Amino acid sequence: MNKGSKLAMGIAAISLLLVGCGKAASSTSSKESSAALSGKVTAVGSTALQPLAAKAGSNFTAKNSKVNLTVQGGGSGTGLSQVQAGAVSIGDSDIFAEEKDGIKADKLTDHKVAVVGMAPVVNKDTGIKNLKMAQLKQIFTGKITNWKEVGGKDEKIVIINRAQGSGTRATFENAVLKGTDAVKSQEQDSNGAVQKIVSTTPGAVSYLAFSYFTNKLQAVSIDNVTPTDNNVETNKWKIWSYEHMYTKGTPDKATTAFLKYMDSKTVQDSLVKDMGYISIHDMKVTKDAKGVVTQN
Amino acid sequence: MEQTNFQLKKQDTQSQEWSKRLHHATRATREDWIGRGISYLCIGVIILVVASMLWFITSKGIATFTQNHVSLWKFLSGTDWSPSQGKIGALPMIVGSFAVTFAAAIVATPFAVGTAIFMTEISPNKGRKFLQPVIELLVGIPSVVYGFIGLAVVVPFMRHLVGGSGFGIISATFVLFVMVLPTITSMTVDSLRAVPRYYKEASLALGATRWQTVSKVILRSATPGILTAVIFGMARAFGEALAVQMVIGNAAVMPKDLISAASTLTSQLTTGIGDTIDGTLPNNALWSLALILLLMSLFFNALVRVIAKRGQLKHER
Repeated sequence: MNKGSKLAMGIAAISLLLVGCGKAASSTSSKESSAALSGKVTAVGSTALQPLAAKAGSNFTAKNSKVNLTVQGGGSGTGLSQVQAGAVSIGDSDIFAEEKDGIKADKLTDHKVAVVGMAPVVNKDTGIKNLKMAQLKQIFTGKITNWKEVGGKDEKIVIINRAQGSGTRATFENAVLKGTDAVKSQEQDSNGAVQKIVSTTPGAVSYLAFSYFTNKLQAVSIDNVTPTDNNVETNKWKIWSYEHMYTKGTPDKATTAFLKYMDSKTVQDSLVKDMGYISIHDMKVTKDAKGVVTQN
Repeated sequence: MEQTNFQLKKQDTQSQEWSKRLHHATRATREDWIGRGISYLCIGVIILVVASMLWFITSKGIATFTQNHVSLWKFLSGTDWSPSQGKIGALPMIVGSFAVTFAAAIVATPFAVGTAIFMTEISPNKGRKFLQPVIELLVGIPSVVYGFIGLAVVVPFMRHLVGGSGFGIISATFVLFVMVLPTITSMTVDSLRAVPRYYKEASLALGATRWQTVSKVILRSATPGILTAVIFGMARAFGEALAVQMVIGNAAVMPKDLISAASTLTSQLTTGIGDTIDGTLPNNALWSLALILLLMSLFFNALVRVIAKRGQLKHER
């Protein structure tokens, strides 16, 4: 625990340093701004949420120039542990804090800022466009090893997983494997790497957030449900997760204002959609930390 | 009268000034103190940084065994790496790391020694003008670039050549080969240049051909230096994370062959560290991997020192 707090202190020192640099740079340009809001906001964590948080953050600081807002990646685990340690103001995460061992979820406040849909993707030469949920499970548990067993080309299946503990992997495994273990296989640490590898490796299969789909790879329908935003909003498409911004205790004014801005129409109706996420306002269902879905 | 008085006064002030000068430190001395102070401070900071890093990694790394009560033997010999389920057998990564390191060193050494001989013995002029800058350039290329080239070129090439997905130890070896080549070459060049000239002259005077001189005399006496070069190359290969991670596939399974996906200590660390929580077993297990890396690099350094010492003895007459 002692060691944990030391690490946290180190990171806090570094982020202070970064924020300090930001302050020095911005104070010269923003004297005439009339914004009353000031303070430091550091959001760290999920790389899936990072692009949205960074864009929203720069729009936010354009209006509130006295707020120093830093957005960093590092992974959902980093985000959750840093906000729990009090080292950052916001911890970005793809998964519920309840799902992560070592995180005391009752000490944190959840702010859902967007929804991300994920779908299995395959290399185009497999000839696969649709799979049954059971088949998908058998592929990822290693029971099916050739594409011809599910109606594709006679080709070995190359499974590409995300790293253990990744938010995307957790979401996919909750929805598809439902408790069984995935077969040991390649692991990549980012959506970008998965995208590149699946589109270039014959026989490859993995899973990606919708925003990473390209025409070089094939997104797979499950039980003839296509992976679209509309299907996610009604939960017809089951593989999706919230993007969370966690805070600890009572957040300061700047943090509260930023979270409010994230939930505002300006962000939710344009920025969120433009960047390939699904607006939290459009969801017709709610999912809780145990995965139970209820109609709104 | 007045004149002498004035002179006396002048003398007085002069002697005062002199005593001041003689009893107090001069500017040069003060500069000396300041300089010494600054360098001691710098050394102190460096020692502090190194010591605290060693302490930090060690204390974090042994937490797996002291807090989570995993047995050290199980950690080192287990083959099932699923930290989120509490299974942390690190052997696949240890084997993977050593496999790529040795394979890269074995492939790179002949090329490096050949290049070095060309640069020092066969064509020193061309070597200095053309090969030296090329090798320096290779050293300067960031590892992510090597990894990217590996992913875009080496992996598809291996896929066509040997089948499979293209990710695996053989691709990692290929990328590391290019990465350690400049390290081994430039250090081998240094050690070949350090061979005393009269060795070569004596050999040629005895009627040995150029090839006999190179292979029997120069290479022979430069052997400790070449070994040091190879070990430095291996240390670099062992610690390389990014480039390897991009081409090896990161599957935490025991490597069955050279063409299926495997993983190394470093690749597992970089893939996993962002998704684990401080103080939990998956996080501690990664710190234990880091500790192994640290111990290995200490070992490589120690080995270099031992070889350097032996080499010195050999050159003594």
